[in-house]
Amino acid sequence: MSLQITWFVLIMVLFAGFFLLEGFDFGVGMLLPFLGRNNVERSTILSSVGPFWDANEVWLITAGGAMLAAFPNWYATLFSGFYLVFILLLLSLIVRGAAFEFRGKHNSPRWRRTWDWLAFVGSTLPGFLWGIVVANMLLGVPIDAHMHYVGTPWQLFNPKAIIAGLAFTLMFALHGAVFLSLKTEHKLMERSFKAALLLWLPTVILAAIFIGGLYMASPIVHNFGSDLRVLTPIVGGLALLLIPVMVLLRRSGMAFILTSVTVLLTTLTVAMAIFPNVLISSLNPAWNLNIINASSSPYTLTVMSWIALTCVPFVLAYQAWNYWVFRKRVSVHTLSHH
Amino acid sequence: MDALLLARLQFASTIIYHFLFVPLTLGLSILLVIMETLYVHTGKEVYRNMTKFWGKMFLINFAMGVVTGLVQEFQFGMNWSEYSRFVGDVFGAPLAVEALLAFFMESTFLGIWVFGWDRLPKKIHLAAIYLVALASHLSAFWILSANAFMQQPTGFVIRNGRAEMTNFFALITNGRLWVQFPHVVAGGLVTGAFFVAGISAYRLLKKRDEHNTEFFTRSARIGLTMALIGGIAVSLFGHIQGQYSTVHSPMKMAAAEALWNTEDPAPLSLFKVANTQEHKDLFSIDIPAGLSFMSYNSFDGKVQGLNQLQAEYVKQYGPGNYIPPVFITYWSFRVMVGAGMAMVAIAGLGLFLLNKRRFTQYPKLMMLMVASIAIPFVANTMGWILTEMGRQPWLVFGVLKTDAGVSPNVSAGMILFSLSAFIAVYAALAVVDGWLLVRTAKQDVPTLEAEKAASEEENVLQGAY
Repeated sequence: MSLQITWFVLIMVLFAGFFLLEGFDFGVGMLLPFLGRNNVERSTILSSVGPFWDANEVWLITAGGAMLAAFPNWYATLFSGFYLVFILLLLSLIVRGAAFEFRGKHNSPRWRRTWDWLAFVGSTLPGFLWGIVVANMLLGVPIDAHMHYVGTPWQLFNPKAIIAGLAFTLMFALHGAVFLSLKTEHKLMERSFKAALLLWLPTVILAAIFIGGLYMASPIVHNFGSDLRVLTPIVGGLALLLIPVMVLLRRSGMAFILTSVTVLLTTLTVAMAIFPNVLISSLNPAWNLNIINASSSPYTLTVMSWIALTCVPFVLAYQAWNYWVFRKRVSVHTLSHH
Repeated sequence: MDALLLARLQFASTIIYHFLFVPLTLGLSILLVIMETLYVHTGKEVYRNMTKFWGKMFLINFAMGVVTGLVQEFQFGMNWSEYSRFVGDVFGAPLAVEALLAFFMESTFLGIWVFGWDRLPKKIHLAAIYLVALASHLSAFWILSANAFMQQPTGFVIRNGRAEMTNFFALITNGRLWVQFPHVVAGGLVTGAFFVAGISAYRLLKKRDEHNTEFFTRSARIGLTMALIGGIAVSLFGHIQGQYSTVHSPMKMAAAEALWNTEDPAPLSLFKVANTQEHKDLFSIDIPAGLSFMSYNSFDGKVQGLNQLQAEYVKQYGPGNYIPPVFITYWSFRVMVGAGMAMVAIAGLGLFLLNKRRFTQYPKLMMLMVASIAIPFVANTMGWILTEMGRQPWLVFGVLKTDAGVSPNVSAGMILFSLSAFIAVYAALAVVDGWLLVRTAKQDVPTLEAEKAASEEENVLQGAY
């Protein structure tokens, strides 16, 4: 049991890392065509995530691999059940990755313009699709006694999930705007602050609608009861509410801490809400997938624990070093040629 | 078309496409390590420019490898959910380790390498490309350990209705892995090497590149040397793998040789036309006892045939057809081996003439070098088709059949949609990627002088993000 809890926590940490890190580069991709008024500005915007975005995406790949290794049934049911959602996600990420890498490799305005818009689409959809996934994980989906998803592909796109999708999209855009305010200078920084202010209110409204809808629709929220765990969503919500204060004070570092806290605590809240389940069956609670019936054998979990324990400190150390090397604000003069 | 066939088609097409980029990444990473090491060691600007010039093509190719690789990480769950449930306990571990150990390292240090040219001390910058190359090869090791399990499962028991791991070390000491891994690494090296040699030959042919003769002659020398080393290595390890497979995967080798009946000594077929339904040769050119020699280094020795193996497997696994598609395995094997021999010959000839300083006197040979860029790609693809088709009808040999692994709840229509979408996006990307590579290959060689001039102009961002 403790091994399963360890791996549930570790996978949630990987998803949290993915949302935290890739979240801001999704946001940067979304804002790219709007905040960059000319090619130099758009190159500057993209360079703010240039050295990072690929490694940020590896958090997702690792989460997927860890899920297969530690909870094969969770991996199998989620990815086959949410097939359409994940196909759209993969296509978006493919287009986005190509856009980021190919944009600067040819000097033509039309070429760059095309990739800028593809980067926008490829960065916007993943946030929306992850909102859909998370909402359905909280609401429960039709899963039968054999752990198979038996609903239609379309029913995942229900109104509550769509609102969650929009809330996630806006949250990442806000996170990205604040990140840009931290990494750029002068006009771009001003525009990033302005974008953050504009995005904040709609994010709060959509998040509130989703949480309200969830509260009425699903018993899962009552998991929190009155113990201390309820502090997680409350602190997360407070962080979200405080963002505009820091933006108005032009404290981009503080604002980035707040958006990061919001993203991290949102993930933690979702994890605590579903625990010890990993996928909730709307047909019969006995058919839920949980950390026990979805998990690998104790031997595999033990081996994987040792490997993770050995590797993770190194991964964290060199990723942190990467952010340290490229800690400065990007400007036209510091752009790297490649 | 049914869902199983579509799911197989989608897996095959997305992974074949992905594996066009992977070997080039593996090989070019080693060539970049050589070039930048030469730069840091000698301080000569030509090696710096070389690292930048080939590095740009490495990045274009790397991006394609990354975005197409994403699909692979999730496709097991999406299209092969029952496979994931049945072997996830074993198969998931190397996949997770690959991401944790290799992908993080590869992507982080590539970011540092690309953006750190002006920001890091030379030696640290060099260390970054070493780590990228190391991580790429670690990634190959771990994914091959997962594949080796499918070819030759080991270190597991069937328990709780699934395969459960009992020995992690058995996974990474699997004999299959240790014949596959060097073969794939050498295949990558030869792919990168022919790429560099071919493009260098192309540039040496161009009149306008006369001032770049030194640059491309040096590049060609590095490329051809590694092509010869890689070509010999890939053939040698291929041969070892073939001998290994004759013992451990007799059905695969019998299909690859279209050997209908057990023979001792067994002849080596060079070319044959056969009726694969009735298991009969219509026309065949054979070397007597050749297959026994290839298998055991001796002119006698029994090689098992398809009919006998089929009978044996029916006894062992129950009724069913256990013979892989013979036509595909037979010809993919021959194309791969032919390509391997051609690569050794072309690399050897090119290197000989380059050392005699007569390379540029043979424009036709140089055109052949350009065309030869394609040969390793063909060989890599054929090798994987042989390996994966030769395992059929099994997903995990002797443990789980292919039709039992597919997701039962993903409809044919859904897969038809995703397959079409992948084909459309991949085709568009292929056009863009090809165009970009050709264009980059024709570009001016980067020099310090040109970079300084450019950064003083307003057009400072050309080539940046």
